[in-house]
Amino acid sequence: MEMFAKSRNLIPFLLRSRKCCYNTNSTAAIFIQRRFDSVKAGEQLDLYNYREDFDRDDQHQQTLNFPGGRVPITPRMKFISELSEKRLPCYRVLDDDGYLIPGTIFEQVSKELALNMYSTMVALQTMDTIFYEAQRQGRLSFYLTSTGEEAINIASAAALTLDDIVLPQYREPGVLLWRGFTLEEFTDQLFGNKADYGKGRQMPIHYGSNKLNYFTVSSPLTTQLPQAAGVAYSLKMDKKEACVVVYFGDGSTSEGDFHAGLNFAAVMEAPVIFLCRNNGWAISTPVTEQFRSDGIAIKGQAYGIRSIRVDGNDVLAVYSAVRAARQMAIKEQKPILVEAMTYRVSHHSTSDDSTKYRCVKEIEQWRTEKSPITRFRKWIQRNGWWADQNETELRGNIRKQVLEAIQAAEKVEKPPLTDLFGDVYDKVPSNLQEQERFIRDTIKRHPKEYPSDVPL
Amino acid sequence: MGGSSFRRIGKLASISSKNQSCRGFSSTVETLKKTDQLTPTKSVNLFSAINQALHIALDSDPRSYVFGEDVGFGGVFRCTTGLADRFGKQRVFNTPLCEQGIVGFAIGLAAMDNRAIAEIQFADYIFPAFDQIVNEAAKFRYRSGNQFNCGGLTIRTPYGAVGHGGHYHSQSPESFFCHVPGIKVVIPRSPRQAKGLLLSSIRDPNPVVFFEPKLLYRMAVEEVPEDDYMLPLSEAEVLREGTDITLVGWGAQLSIMEQACAEAAKEGISCELIDLKTLIPWDKETVEASVKKTGRLLISHEAPVTGGFGAEISASIVERCFTRLEAPVARVCGLDTPFPLVFEPFYLPTKNKILDAIKSTVNY
Repeated sequence: MEMFAKSRNLIPFLLRSRKCCYNTNSTAAIFIQRRFDSVKAGEQLDLYNYREDFDRDDQHQQTLNFPGGRVPITPRMKFISELSEKRLPCYRVLDDDGYLIPGTIFEQVSKELALNMYSTMVALQTMDTIFYEAQRQGRLSFYLTSTGEEAINIASAAALTLDDIVLPQYREPGVLLWRGFTLEEFTDQLFGNKADYGKGRQMPIHYGSNKLNYFTVSSPLTTQLPQAAGVAYSLKMDKKEACVVVYFGDGSTSEGDFHAGLNFAAVMEAPVIFLCRNNGWAISTPVTEQFRSDGIAIKGQAYGIRSIRVDGNDVLAVYSAVRAARQMAIKEQKPILVEAMTYRVSHHSTSDDSTKYRCVKEIEQWRTEKSPITRFRKWIQRNGWWADQNETELRGNIRKQVLEAIQAAEKVEKPPLTDLFGDVYDKVPSNLQEQERFIRDTIKRHPKEYPSDVPL
Repeated sequence: MGGSSFRRIGKLASISSKNQSCRGFSSTVETLKKTDQLTPTKSVNLFSAINQALHIALDSDPRSYVFGEDVGFGGVFRCTTGLADRFGKQRVFNTPLCEQGIVGFAIGLAAMDNRAIAEIQFADYIFPAFDQIVNEAAKFRYRSGNQFNCGGLTIRTPYGAVGHGGHYHSQSPESFFCHVPGIKVVIPRSPRQAKGLLLSSIRDPNPVVFFEPKLLYRMAVEEVPEDDYMLPLSEAEVLREGTDITLVGWGAQLSIMEQACAEAAKEGISCELIDLKTLIPWDKETVEASVKKTGRLLISHEAPVTGGFGAEISASIVERCFTRLEAPVARVCGLDTPFPLVFEPFYLPTKNKILDAIKSTVNY
């Protein structure tokens, strides 16, 4: 965890004054040409303000006092447009070929950190490939990959410290991997064996680790968002130098809990990073059928939440944006919304065939040339930090380790029957004691009806 | 339904509880004190008793929080009066008007080892939070293999008929929550019970939905110990001993049932009245023992009869006491209509409906 300690010192954060933010030219002014000059991402913070022509009336404007504060009046009847003229731009550091975009401003990344992020992305990709195959072979009941979203997983995780608390959705196992969840811990959960922390009670991929501050995955979408506000409020009350990071997808933003979570976090001034993986698809529903807004980031302002849209397939952009978001969330004690643009390359899960509703060519393009791993590899190779030989070695090693972990987890016995009844409450109540006795009697009478691999 | 009849609740509550042994439920029985030994007491109504419990909860645990819609100024039923002034706006605060937000936020707060005491302004409005309660709070411990829990969560919410509440200020939705392993459902009948049960619920290491009979907030007055005390969860209490028929109820309905019992007594029928107090996990043993003695059972609740918790009690007791039953189990409950305004007197399980059912069951 040395990297955490190091990276903590990286950002002496500069926030532009509010006055400056009102300067409509500030966007352009900040993007001064500094070719290949890696500096601190926080400095480029630009706050998008409400810039309709209401502002032009300003100077002599009269105001009315309402319960929420003074509001300027205007003689013109003008509706707010449903869409701004231009779509919200996406913060990017590396272009498709892994070159730094001229003038880009980002968080400096050491060779060690870069290689660590790269290796972990490759590990995630390899893990996904093998687990997916294991499901296809019938060894796992279910699986769900993060293919195409490796950069969001790993770069966001790398931008945090272990004290930051993660409330995942389900396509963020890379965050756990980065934090040190071992391949054995993954496979124990996937096989629901007795070493699984969840005691075999949940479907595969519902990981959780108290030790690693990673809340256990639950299938219902978006329930974690209002919870994140509550967790963050606790950090705030305890004056912790930490924030909450809550992950969710584009489909989740249609749930009521999205509204509840953002509004509560804003009102309670809770240090939460809302990290949306806008991967374009909620199972088969494309974003065009999910909402009519320009994505997610623009929704932040309506809640009073500072927001950014970032290229989710750009490791350096995600890393820089999340570092900056974290710094603001903790220093200013408020929520930040990050919309990471990406593409769900995989099927939704092993129960889905996305070629039924998507063009194969499109999927293939995102899987290959637009892959965040490929792009980042170009950058590290150009820096002279990585060679083809390293790649072969890395992939070979990880593949071997994942296969070994599967073989080991498969052999571990299932959790004992008592685990069916524990943890419903802190103690087993009498109705469950009675039901346990009943089940045990039934097993004695009909032993063949029950799985033989569950120890009684 | 005059005020005087609710004052009688005080008498009910003063019947000393049976000294029952721990049943293996998770209520912290060992920390309980016997209420009768506590002094001094003060005559207070139910909302004041709730208010006392909240003061004690916030005072005795710096990691406890009280919040919900309009709780900052004291709440629409005055239950949170004085809390924000005394404990500050960081620990006692208004939330946005969003029940799923309130409960979701509370789960997150509770998961960080805090006592999150959330108020849903009316039980009729708890449904937007249903997913958070059923899929999240109730399964938080189980699904994580006890790596995480939100046991510090208590959801307080006023329920029940008041005479003019119509569809959306009258409902008794407790049975929805009784179908959910992982939470506890608690309903007090009187001020003294409310204070002791609420403190137990707040300190219980499991999430609790605590329904408060809002009809009794002002009407029910009794002597309530001013000290910090707790009453055990998952322990029913025999309020009135009898030999001919067992009546089981909870919350505000108990005073109606008590009136019916008193009327029945005049006609020579001896009724045993049980306050269930905790609906899940419930004290089957106390009800079973009573029915084995009386041979008859009547359950009464305001919620619609179909799928109400009375059905569960009936089924369980038939399973356990079939050969001892002298008559079918009677249910005197709300009708299977939405809760009506003008027709409320027709809808409700009133004293005479109960009395009739007592007689027909005894004379079966």
